[in-house]
Amino acid sequence: MTTRGRVALKVVVWAVVLAPLAALLYGFATDTLTVNPIEYVTRELGEATIRLLLATLALTPLRLLSGWSWPITLRRLLGLFAFFYAVLHFSVWIVLDHFFDWRTMGDDVLKRPWITVGVTALILLIPLAATSTTGMIKRLGGRAWRRLHRLVYVAAVLGCLHYIWLAKKVLIQPWVYAAVLAVLLGIRTWDLGRRLSQRWTMVGSRG
Amino acid sequence: MRFRYSDVTPETLYLSRRQLMAGAVALAAVGGEAGREAVAAPPPAGAPLKATPNPAYRVQDAPTRLEAASTYNNFYEFGVNKEDPARLGHTLRPRPWHVQVDGLCNRPKTFDIEEVLKVAPLEERIYGLRCVEAWSMVIPWIGYPLAALLKLVDPRPAARYVEFTTLKDPEQFPGQKPGLFGGSLDWPYTEGLRLDEALHPLTLLTVGMYGQVLPNQNGAPVRVVIPWKYGFKSAKSIVRIRLTDAEPRTAWNKAAPQEYGFFSNVNPSVDHPRWSQATERRIGEFRRRATLMFNGYADQVASLYTGMDLKKNY
Repeated sequence: MTTRGRVALKVVVWAVVLAPLAALLYGFATDTLTVNPIEYVTRELGEATIRLLLATLALTPLRLLSGWSWPITLRRLLGLFAFFYAVLHFSVWIVLDHFFDWRTMGDDVLKRPWITVGVTALILLIPLAATSTTGMIKRLGGRAWRRLHRLVYVAAVLGCLHYIWLAKKVLIQPWVYAAVLAVLLGIRTWDLGRRLSQRWTMVGSRG
Repeated sequence: MRFRYSDVTPETLYLSRRQLMAGAVALAAVGGEAGREAVAAPPPAGAPLKATPNPAYRVQDAPTRLEAASTYNNFYEFGVNKEDPARLGHTLRPRPWHVQVDGLCNRPKTFDIEEVLKVAPLEERIYGLRCVEAWSMVIPWIGYPLAALLKLVDPRPAARYVEFTTLKDPEQFPGQKPGLFGGSLDWPYTEGLRLDEALHPLTLLTVGMYGQVLPNQNGAPVRVVIPWKYGFKSAKSIVRIRLTDAEPRTAWNKAAPQEYGFFSNVNPSVDHPRWSQATERRIGEFRRRATLMFNGYADQVASLYTGMDLKKNY
């Protein structure tokens, strides 16, 4: 990809990842966040989180299937924005929804599995965001870094579970996200299997 | 001085809104999708409905804005999203309409909706509405006690429960069409009360709100309002009221029995399995407020449940 192409791609991606936040700010300015704005904003931020998390996880499968290398250049940006929306989602819950009522929130985290898994998913994302800089990758070493960042799979599964669990059972949306995640993880598993069997054949032929 | 919805929404404004609606409809005719969106937003400008305010049934909090009460609704017959009923409400035809009242009674009868309107004098009552989803509103309803209608059919001593059935017609209720993964609820929507609950003076057979005929999205042309129970108990767009000796199956209980019991009384100490019922968000307010036992109607209804374990009978 040319430099110009890379810049254009980055501009488009930044616009896309900031769109949910812009839509909410516009809604706030025009007072169109529904008559239950806190619930609406929480839900929209949650949706943005899971979409970006899935987008992040779609980049490797996209590279595997297409052979392009550019998707990987977007991974850190999308991943950090997923974290950004997750933090906003959580902050709205704490500040606007419960207004620092720690006891009630603590109760919720312990008693309601869908909140437990949601909070767990967010906690899992913290070390990933913290080690996202080039310096941290170097310090940890590629191998340890990659191993640590496999936590994103767990976070994504928990995120989907969080949504399925909290939504009314008649809603299809959460199941669509879960299906997308299953496909994305499926492609990775297929690729892993393929590489392992290649290595096996190589070892076999050497012997 | 007290805030009243009639103070903030004078007649002239309703009229100008009606013109606005007409304009939006005209726009929709040429503008397609965008125009249709515009129609969805303004509140319904329904026909005015005269009723005598009943000061005995009037919560002290200021009523919720009509704009909110008529655009933020759970009415799955129109769709599972809260904006669906206001957006699709026009598909329901509230006239002609009949309500069949039958079952264990001596004089079963099918009432024309115009007859239903005249069974008893219409009164206005301002009730709290507590949704099971932990939000609440304050709504000035128009109607009369359901007991007045039930008396006309003369329930037999064997009758112990009342079952309400909502219209089933996917042409008028697009949410009843089976979706890609099946339907949302088992149609028709049914709800039920114990007979003593149904005869309680608070239980209101409702035909209007905010001085108007009931908007389609709020359950036109006739619904019940049971203010001490979670909102879903208050069946909308009723076509049948049946007296029975067995506890009726109810739509939400069929869908998720561990989450929605037959009684579904507002109770801050019995959590929904997925969230706490201790607090609620009043639409239009920022901070949550404490939920009151029986939605604040404990002094009037607690005696109905003497000796019952309300944790078991949720």
